[in-house]
Amino acid sequence: MPNILDIRRRIRSVINTRQITKAMKMVSAAKLRRAQERALAARPYAHMLTNVLKSLVARADIYDPETGEPKHPLLAQREEKTILLIVVTGDKGLAGAFNANITKAAMRFLESKEGKNVDIEAVGRKGRDFLRRRFPSAKVQTRSLVDLEESIEAAPEAGERAGTIQITGEHVGILSQVDFAQASALAQNVIQRYCREEIDSVYVVFNEFKSVIAQRLIVEQILPIEQVGEQTVRLAEEPTEEEKRRVREAAISAGVGMRGTEGAPEGAAGFGTAPVDYIYEQPPADLFRALLPKYVGTEIFRALLESVAAEHAARMTAMDSATNNATDMIDSLTLAMNRARQAKITKEIIEIVSGAAAM
Amino acid sequence: MADTFQLEIVTPEKKVVETRAEEVQIPGKNGYLGILPDHAPLITELSVGEIIYRGRTSEQRLAVAWGFAEVLPDKVTILAETAERPSEIDVERARKAKQRAEQRLASGDPNVDVDRALDSLHRAEARLDAAGQKA
Repeated sequence: MPNILDIRRRIRSVINTRQITKAMKMVSAAKLRRAQERALAARPYAHMLTNVLKSLVARADIYDPETGEPKHPLLAQREEKTILLIVVTGDKGLAGAFNANITKAAMRFLESKEGKNVDIEAVGRKGRDFLRRRFPSAKVQTRSLVDLEESIEAAPEAGERAGTIQITGEHVGILSQVDFAQASALAQNVIQRYCREEIDSVYVVFNEFKSVIAQRLIVEQILPIEQVGEQTVRLAEEPTEEEKRRVREAAISAGVGMRGTEGAPEGAAGFGTAPVDYIYEQPPADLFRALLPKYVGTEIFRALLESVAAEHAARMTAMDSATNNATDMIDSLTLAMNRARQAKITKEIIEIVSGAAAM
Repeated sequence: MADTFQLEIVTPEKKVVETRAEEVQIPGKNGYLGILPDHAPLITELSVGEIIYRGRTSEQRLAVAWGFAEVLPDKVTILAETAERPSEIDVERARKAKQRAEQRLASGDPNVDVDRALDSLHRAEARLDAAGQKA
């Protein structure tokens, strides 16, 4: 017969655990809200930039009239020999399958590109740890982006490859406070390597997050830019209905809104596209050249912001399930305890009754 | 003729300014531009410098790094990579960055990317100017 005291102790311990998971859930919910706001605040800029670029595409002759070849190096397609993959995971665990799903998608992507050289930039501690165990580090590393003012030197020339797949950069600890300067520094580094033809295409694998109920894991092509303003998604994984339902429940119980980060912000749509003849201070082609690298920066920035929001959502969901599981466990333990207690009482009565009968 | 226009300054992180203004000066790539209401439509790239705008009562300054502006008769929209108010500028850091960039330029080391060092120097100087600190 189980000891009543033991069960009581277990119940107390599970109650304590539930308190912790509940607190973590609320913290994640608050962080998620903030991350969503930041993603929302970043939209006007991205939208305006995209709109200007679109209108410039029409005005600046960026395509060679004879061959149809784009004149800008970031638009040029060439044969994929070396690929750069940016893997965006979280710095911390306890977020359900969030990190595992991303690394799994990254591995799947690598399999699909077998035989080609792949450089990896790992953003987030969890992904870095995972990738480090599998692939060698390149001899020349991208500098971590902690102190930006320090990074005045040009990106170092790539040395000899450490393997077909190698890690060329690790960026850990930037996710707690994502700022544009970091995204832009990473973008600059990537663009430099792309222009030197060290890499022939750039992909990002990350968890896209439009809202609590609209998120998916995608591999997005960043370079070459196929069409300005259009996402080029190479691989997408929608969450299952079950997962969606759980996220929704967690969000409701934590009081997080379903409001998404989609849709053009007011006023942004018209930027740079008014039906008038602009005076161009610089030739449109020059403007286009100056703007395109910034576009890459905003794409990476968006990936980081959305990944952070998704991470918090995943942690919130995981902690919500943990809290529910703890509640279930407490219920069944309480039941077991009551049974044990009752059994003990019954036994005592039987003992007393049979004792009395024997007299 | 309207005597004010709508001014918006947007960075990747947030909308910094959304207000009515009587005049704005922006650091265009080819030199500073002063803009009053009913300006002809114009698009320009910005270089490193200061945006100075005047509302009905007060004058404000912002340090900007690279950016981009669209001018319409009744509206000016500025996209800037960074836009900082004087109170937000870390003077100490800007001064250090300036020193570092100067050292790098003076070192004559062939590994130094001169363009980036110059950029960094200009950014630091613009910050110090906006903060009202003479370096």
